[in-house]
Amino acid sequence: MPAAQELEGAAQALASRKAGPTLEQQRARIAWLFVTPMLAAVALVAAWPLARTIAFSFTDAYLDNLDSWQVIGFGNYVALFEDPLWWSAVGTTLLFAIVSVGLETVFGLAIALTLNAHMPGRGLLRAAVLIPWAIPTVISAKMWGWMLHDLYGVVNAALLKLGLIAAPWAWLAEPRLAFAAVVAVDVWKATPFMTLLILAALQVLPKEIYQAAKVDGVPPIRMFLRVTLPLIRPALLVAIIFRGLDALRVFDVIYVLTGNNPATTTMSVYARQQLVDFQDVGYGSAAATSLFLIVALATAIVITVGRVNVSATGERL
Amino acid sequence: MLRIFALAAAIFAIQSSLPASSRADVTVSISCSSLGIEQQLCQTGSEAWAKETGNAVKLVATPADANERLALYQTLLAAQSHDIDIFQIDVIWPAILAPHLMDLGAVLSEQDRADHFKVLIDNDTVGGKLVAVPWFVDAGLLYYRKDLLEKYGKEVPKTWSELADTAKAIMEGETKAGSSVLQGYVWQGRAYEGLACNALEWIASFGGGGIVDQDGAVTIDNPQAAKALETAKSWIGTISPKGVLSYGEEESRGVFQSGSAVFMRNWPYAWALANAADSPVKGKVGVAVLPQGEGSDARHAAALGGQHLAVSRYSKHPKEAADLVRYLTSAQEQKRRALEGSFNPTLRSLYTDSELLAANPFYKDFLPIVDSAVARPSTVTGRRYNQVSSAFVRVVHGALSGEGAASASLVGLNKELERLGRNGHW
Amino acid sequence: MIRKSLGRLAFYLLIAGIIFYAVFPFYWAIVSSLKTGSSLFQVEFWPSHPTLENYIALFQEQPFARNIVNSLIVAMAATGISLFLALTAAYALGRIRFRGRTSMLLIILSVSMFPQIAVLSGLFDLIRAMGLYDSLAGLVIANLILTLPFVTWVLTTFMREMPRELEQAAIVDGANDWRILTRVFLPIMGPSLSAAGLLAFILAWNEFLFALTFTLSTEKRTVPVAIALISGATAYELPWGRVMAACVIVTVPLIVLVLVLQRYIISGLTAGAVKG
Repeated sequence: MPAAQELEGAAQALASRKAGPTLEQQRARIAWLFVTPMLAAVALVAAWPLARTIAFSFTDAYLDNLDSWQVIGFGNYVALFEDPLWWSAVGTTLLFAIVSVGLETVFGLAIALTLNAHMPGRGLLRAAVLIPWAIPTVISAKMWGWMLHDLYGVVNAALLKLGLIAAPWAWLAEPRLAFAAVVAVDVWKATPFMTLLILAALQVLPKEIYQAAKVDGVPPIRMFLRVTLPLIRPALLVAIIFRGLDALRVFDVIYVLTGNNPATTTMSVYARQQLVDFQDVGYGSAAATSLFLIVALATAIVITVGRVNVSATGERL
Repeated sequence: MLRIFALAAAIFAIQSSLPASSRADVTVSISCSSLGIEQQLCQTGSEAWAKETGNAVKLVATPADANERLALYQTLLAAQSHDIDIFQIDVIWPAILAPHLMDLGAVLSEQDRADHFKVLIDNDTVGGKLVAVPWFVDAGLLYYRKDLLEKYGKEVPKTWSELADTAKAIMEGETKAGSSVLQGYVWQGRAYEGLACNALEWIASFGGGGIVDQDGAVTIDNPQAAKALETAKSWIGTISPKGVLSYGEEESRGVFQSGSAVFMRNWPYAWALANAADSPVKGKVGVAVLPQGEGSDARHAAALGGQHLAVSRYSKHPKEAADLVRYLTSAQEQKRRALEGSFNPTLRSLYTDSELLAANPFYKDFLPIVDSAVARPSTVTGRRYNQVSSAFVRVVHGALSGEGAASASLVGLNKELERLGRNGHW
Repeated sequence: MIRKSLGRLAFYLLIAGIIFYAVFPFYWAIVSSLKTGSSLFQVEFWPSHPTLENYIALFQEQPFARNIVNSLIVAMAATGISLFLALTAAYALGRIRFRGRTSMLLIILSVSMFPQIAVLSGLFDLIRAMGLYDSLAGLVIANLILTLPFVTWVLTTFMREMPRELEQAAIVDGANDWRILTRVFLPIMGPSLSAAGLLAFILAWNEFLFALTFTLSTEKRTVPVAIALISGATAYELPWGRVMAACVIVTVPLIVLVLVLQRYIISGLTAGAVKG
């Protein structure tokens, strides 16, 4: 390590002796070159749709006549904040996101650690574990809806046979059970996402540390908490952030399994109902923009608390 | 790996630059159902018209789910696209889509207009324009197990309390006899449009009105409506399984068709399936009008369903599209569809047609059911119908699953709907 | 000795549990796909009369093979473009200190914070304006809004975790940034490229809302939409057997893809890159 630092210092000293820009400045210019294609693509696909949504949220536009609308300022937002159904949706969404992402993280860690070990058929196992994520959401939601049917669903049949319940449970009808069912289905579906990202992070860990620890006789749990976890923290946090974004915007699972049941309505279901079912583009866009703001707030919290590194480069730990 | 991606990029670049296939003189595109028999019948009907007139018809497949289909239609119509000329629309959509639809008044002759069910023509007339032509009609029916009723010497129930008593008696009898778990009555209780149909049927059958009357006044807050909801609530856990609050049409049909229920409320489509070769209840099923409630205004009430055909205002071939609609909704075509696919016609005269009666003797009873059917208040509430329905379903579902009294929730619903409708000015 | 065997047993039980948890619904899908009609309403752990009718009907009643090809094209193109753009951007965002880097990352992240339904009509306008309605190219572009932010962030994170020494050695050797990216970092980005690529591929493969709205003709449809349009006899009847058969057919290529990618996942740093 010291030798490299000396080298870096020497290189920079050399560069600064030249008349032109420093190495850092040169690289900074090149950096913009590298980033521009990606930025251009994102701007192309996202700029207009997002701007349009935010703009519409300040109007009274209706889907059946999108050409004639009037600006009504914050009217939609005021109505939104006065709607108890909206706040109920916000609460449901936050609870759903925290519970399911939490469970997915725990399960994902456990499965990824297991899959990281050397064993025969590792490849096939990884493929098997990925199956829930690979099935289209709408189909897996319908599939679970079928399995959770209270009278001829396989879940109740199995539970009854095993003697764990006395009478069939109405999984999708009772509010609390419905919420649990929806969380369970989402966890089943999204755990592979976490697993795969954590597994990738585990695989770039230097093997020398583990070999040294084995020689020193460090217990596996301490190994995990003190060494592994901090090392995979960046990737783990990115996985949590993106899973969190998905969970906060969840729609398909809720809608297919429970319809517009107020007990399980999330912000996305609410926004869609306004935009599509009621054709109220103005109010619906306000709901979507508010969803965006709440998600942004939640993400900011996660980034701050998790001390996700968005500024430093290349320095480990 | 990079090579594979490059290849993929090349393929789609070529694909998108291929010229569109050449077309016939005039091609009319129609979005009718993309499902099995329905699609076949639409195809053969359209092709017959195409041959007659020398035009071409293209069928566009759209999702079967009503909400998704409506969303797709709205997206296309809002963008004023002329990709689809004719839309098959649900009975509750004419008022919602009216701004985008052509006036089809000229398509129907006076005679034909009088022959269609009045309730349907009224439903399709928005702001003086006939924006859609009825194609086939559905109404909620009571399905029952003939064999079980015979075994216990019971009549087909005429009132809801008779239904509850009969169901209870049969359930107890069957449990004593040691057969597997039997449900009394299954229906659609999930929080979606189907529940609106079921609830409307209960409320109208007790004389509680139809949520919003023809003049736009909100009528839901009345004691008969409260009684209707309390009655329905009393079924859950006794003659209806707790899970009924998550059932749609298919879930309830699954229970009934596998022999696990005495009564079912469903649309006519379930009849053919219940009598299919592999159905466990084949030959044991009867159909009747839904029971009525109690009170001086009690009546038999079935919710009105069915599909209609409408032409987009942005169509490039409005004359040809209107003509295809005329052809598809004509008596000859509707009769063919009734014979081959059991699609109930919307023309009264066909219900006394000897051929049809021979094939479907039930039509004799179905005619009065449609005549007395209750339409959901979609036309009078116009573009706000979905909001009305959503509020109604939410309150009903809550009343059925919650602890409070139905009458209290109806007061709140009434206020909400009045606010929504700006006190009658929908 | 016994402790080791017990440990091993527990380990294998854990594996079995994981497999069961992940795979059981898929197994259920296979069982359902081999049944037809009313037998679908009965709970059986293996069908009493298995039949391939659903699979055959699937390919006969719609151009399902064509739909699969469409999905493959869209998913591969969207993933390929995303990986390429994200990799170059990740190098800059992860290795070079420059002004605006943090805000750029946050702006990209915020694109993923809007619900899909909100951007739908705006994207619809955009696709129509570009003349790409009812085309696969339009779908590829629409899917970029979903895959690009995610892939960028993942690759940036992994790139940032790479040790400083790697590029310092290359800089001293006189390499420019492009060479550093392709010669030094690319070979060791295997795990993250495959993970991000696979997840992005599946995301694009399963994407439903855009595919439904931006294509109209049956030949251009992708698999999720084709499955949603599978016909039962009537509007209310859910053709469960066919849907499950489609589900099974569609998941198999994804499993194959994962197995193929195993070869590209290089564990750990390659020997010889950095010593000491």
